Amino acid sequence: MYHKEKSIQIKSSASALYNNLSVLRIAPRCLTYFTVVHANVVNMVSASWDGLNFSHRQLQSKEGNIAASSSLIMQASWCVLPSRELLVLTSQKGIQMYESDGSIMVYWHALDNPETPTAQAVFARGIAAVRENYICVGISSGSVLVFDIPSKGSNVMLSEVLEEHRDAVTDMASECSGSLEYMADLVTADDSGLLCVWKSGEDFQLLHKIPGFDVSCSSVKLWKGTVAAGYGTGQIRIYEAVTGIVHAEVNAHARWIYSLDIAPFSGLLLSGAEDSLVRVWHLTMNPDANSVEVEHLYSECITDTQICGAKFCDGDGYAFAVTGYDLSEIIRYTQA
Amino acid sequence: MSMRTLPLLFINLGGEMLYILDQRLQAQNVPTEKTSKVMNDIICTLFSKPFMEELFKPQDMYSKRTQRAVLIRLAHSSIMRLNQASMDKLYDLMTMAFKYQVLLCPRPRDLLLVTFNHMDAIRAFVSDTPAILNQVEETYQQLIKVYTPLSDGEFQLLRQTLLMCFQDLQIRVSAFLKDKVQTCSGRFVLPLGGPVPCGSEVPGLIRYWEACRGQEVCHLFPSGGAYCGALPEGSFHMSGDRVITLGTNISVYSAAVPPSKPILALQMSIAPNLLAKEELTLLSHLLGSLENQDPDKTRTFYRVNLFTVDMEEEYGNCELSFQVLNIQAAKDQQAEEELARIVGEFTEKGEPSSSPRSKGDDLLTLMDELQ
Repeated sequence: MYHKEKSIQIKSSASALYNNLSVLRIAPRCLTYFTVVHANVVNMVSASWDGLNFSHRQLQSKEGNIAASSSLIMQASWCVLPSRELLVLTSQKGIQMYESDGSIMVYWHALDNPETPTAQAVFARGIAAVRENYICVGISSGSVLVFDIPSKGSNVMLSEVLEEHRDAVTDMASECSGSLEYMADLVTADDSGLLCVWKSGEDFQLLHKIPGFDVSCSSVKLWKGTVAAGYGTGQIRIYEAVTGIVHAEVNAHARWIYSLDIAPFSGLLLSGAEDSLVRVWHLTMNPDANSVEVEHLYSECITDTQICGAKFCDGDGYAFAVTGYDLSEIIRYTQA
Repeated sequence: MSMRTLPLLFINLGGEMLYILDQRLQAQNVPTEKTSKVMNDIICTLFSKPFMEELFKPQDMYSKRTQRAVLIRLAHSSIMRLNQASMDKLYDLMTMAFKYQVLLCPRPRDLLLVTFNHMDAIRAFVSDTPAILNQVEETYQQLIKVYTPLSDGEFQLLRQTLLMCFQDLQIRVSAFLKDKVQTCSGRFVLPLGGPVPCGSEVPGLIRYWEACRGQEVCHLFPSGGAYCGALPEGSFHMSGDRVITLGTNISVYSAAVPPSKPILALQMSIAPNLLAKEELTLLSHLLGSLENQDPDKTRTFYRVNLFTVDMEEEYGNCELSFQVLNIQAAKDQQAEEELARIVGEFTEKGEPSSSPRSKGDDLLTLMDELQ
């Protein structure tokens, strides 16, 4: 179904972090941007669609205005809002927001670090752009910060702090179908496997809490009112967001799942795990039967590599990209 | 990232060091009582109360330089002295072995079982020495108390922190290459089969529910691997069947190599100007314990070349470079004075910018008092 394309070399290898690949497609310029985190650095590559031109940039974690920091970055992700696109970096010290090409830092938010170190690690992780003007970021304490983003400029405000999770936030996702008919706007996940489903607004409203089964949920997506969640046991579960009804369970991988992605136009689901396998599934909504069918379409083994990032490069799922621990390249696949 | 990595890092690396030393010293026909003395001294230092207390404090990982310095110091807390080449190879072997264990751990929590495997072997090494055995038993209790309550997510964060520490380390180890555990490019082999981790299911099954018809539909898909059912859970108690074999004393290091005459090895010194102030805290403990063990500072050392010339050639890019240094027991005194001087410099000039807090001020004072 897919064949391997030429890999893109990156300046340093990918770190073993959940969801360690972000992709931004810039159709007007026939470019795709990729970011991969390595320790305290984000490797950015822009690749032209003809496969001929690549340009690299490295962003380092910062502490406010200090030029460079050794604080480790947990995640880097593009946030696409109607008015603008921002690149968000989350680290042990705080949250940095950049213009989408990484050229200018627009906003910096410092995390509260205790005077003396406690056993509980402090970091930010989990990033999602929600509706018109929100960017949400998760914290190791379980809090979810909601930032109000202006259509231009740097006047970003912390609008709300959502306190439902008791364990470190792992990932979060906003409704990606593009449709406004679904009530749930955001799903947040944590280390205990708890999923919280939210409606956005001036005050975010908690719609439902889907309990974990004491298994960490490392990656989550929301599409057409349906949550796809990847777990440490290698299972994928599909839920109805507002009710928490389990639609499907897949014994998908033999090791911890690190990344899930959905291609919103086709309903393809991509999963990558520590077992070195990437799998492509198809989700079929069946509203009459109130079910979601899951079909396995394709598997690929990235030999001897624990996968840490897997993302579709376009809304149809025509191509996808993969990163792995200790691998200094972004591996790409395109439909045959 | 995780604030709880240091005990697991040093106990496991220390454990690997002991496996390698035990086998290599025996292969070199070093008399048993000397081997035992070396092992006992290292175990005694590693499990000493101040050292363990320092490790168990919640803190960020040490830099690679400090980790290496501490491990070298640990190796030299015994009567054994290794030349630069031997120490380098020992360090490479230890780190690659532990990297392998961290990478291939079925569940992040199993990292604790790997640690217990090392501890079980260490306990066996010192079973005849009650004082040291007691220190080891106390450490078991501390490990159980601190780590068993951690969630899977917290263990995974710990594991990710360790993996970051070992990132890009792809030294080829001949024993691993021979056993097909490592490829020629230096990557570890990840098998597409075997038992799934405890708590996981064998991949291959899709189940979905048609709610209005009230029925479950099952489909199988090809998993692409040869997986089988999970192993039972290993014991997280003071003793018991750990089930996981990673971290046990496999005979990887005892490749049958004919022992050669030990080459006159030269004492190596740590370059003191590479060490940051806060990282000297642990070293101060070690220096303190060295001081206690040998107040007269004139003990003789046993010099060993751990790896024969044949084995050295197998490691490819290692170079046998012996610098000419004066070998005298008094060299220890000089190294300690140099460290004390550097400490003095740091306390006058202030902390390096990367340190958020001045840990170990009390201990640095203690170290100054020891001089």
